[in-house]
Amino acid sequence: MAKMTLDQLRALRAQKQGELEKRNVEGKDIQVIVGMGTCGIAAGAKQTFDAIVAALEKHNMAGRVVVRQTGCMGLCYVEPTVEVVMPDMPPVIYGKMTSDVAEELVVKHLVEHSLLDSHIFDRPAIDIVKH
Amino acid sequence: MHCTVGDFVLDVVQNSVEAGSDLIEVEIDEAPDGTRAFIADDGCGMSPEEIARALDPLRNSGAKHPGRKVGLGLPFIKQAVELADGSFRLKSEKGKGTEVRFFFPASNIDSPPVGDLVSLFVALLGMAGPCEMKIRRTSARDGRSYEVKKSELVGAVGDLASASSLSLVRQFLASQEEG
Repeated sequence: MAKMTLDQLRALRAQKQGELEKRNVEGKDIQVIVGMGTCGIAAGAKQTFDAIVAALEKHNMAGRVVVRQTGCMGLCYVEPTVEVVMPDMPPVIYGKMTSDVAEELVVKHLVEHSLLDSHIFDRPAIDIVKH
Repeated sequence: MHCTVGDFVLDVVQNSVEAGSDLIEVEIDEAPDGTRAFIADDGCGMSPEEIARALDPLRNSGAKHPGRKVGLGLPFIKQAVELADGSFRLKSEKGKGTEVRFFFPASNIDSPPVGDLVSLFVALLGMAGPCEMKIRRTSARDGRSYEVKKSELVGAVGDLASASSLSLVRQFLASQEEG
């Protein structure tokens, strides 16, 4: 494969946008936040980030989702951690969210609107929140 | 502990983002004698006392996380470099910015692998904030060389927080890496 130029990247985006419009997807109303502190990185948060982006693309959710990274959320013992904020669902912080469960997260939480009970670790630990 | 050179770089760049940088430069060079990484930012920087604490795993300033004094990012790099007989340098000036460079010799069995650089760069470019980022990647081993600028990619695909933009950037970077 030859190196893609920025113009080719622009063209690819225009083509993708066309597809999005055809599917009539609403604005970006879902936020997925991956903890990318030292603890997260050591536990494989980069692979999780990757797997989430791939799963969103696979399940046609990419157009609706903003994927962000943040530092340590204080739950270092259950890294990688991922927070999901979306309409009609409570904001949840998931723990032990390794790349092999990333697709399950996308399908269950984002597509089917149900929770992954075994991975819920709620909100950031109290001692890490600025008072 | 981190598995790859890329993980160490990601950790340092996360620091640069949290330091409120406007410009972050990242270079990774795979030379015949080993792998070099260089990260420079124009963020808040550190005083000599703060540098000493940043390198101490258990006596962090607590500025980032009130209530916790553990900070393992830079100490991890130092430890890994010492294990592999490499080198590590940290230069920082309060109010000016910080430079981190490290080297892992190819000849040492304890040197970590470079890792998946496409994934690394996607994660770096997707980090929060409007700051500019320049990434330079060279490999003398196979003559590979390319440079990307975050602002140019944003100009081509839009906000990089969007999952669809990140997928496009991944394709773009994969082609740079293979081309």
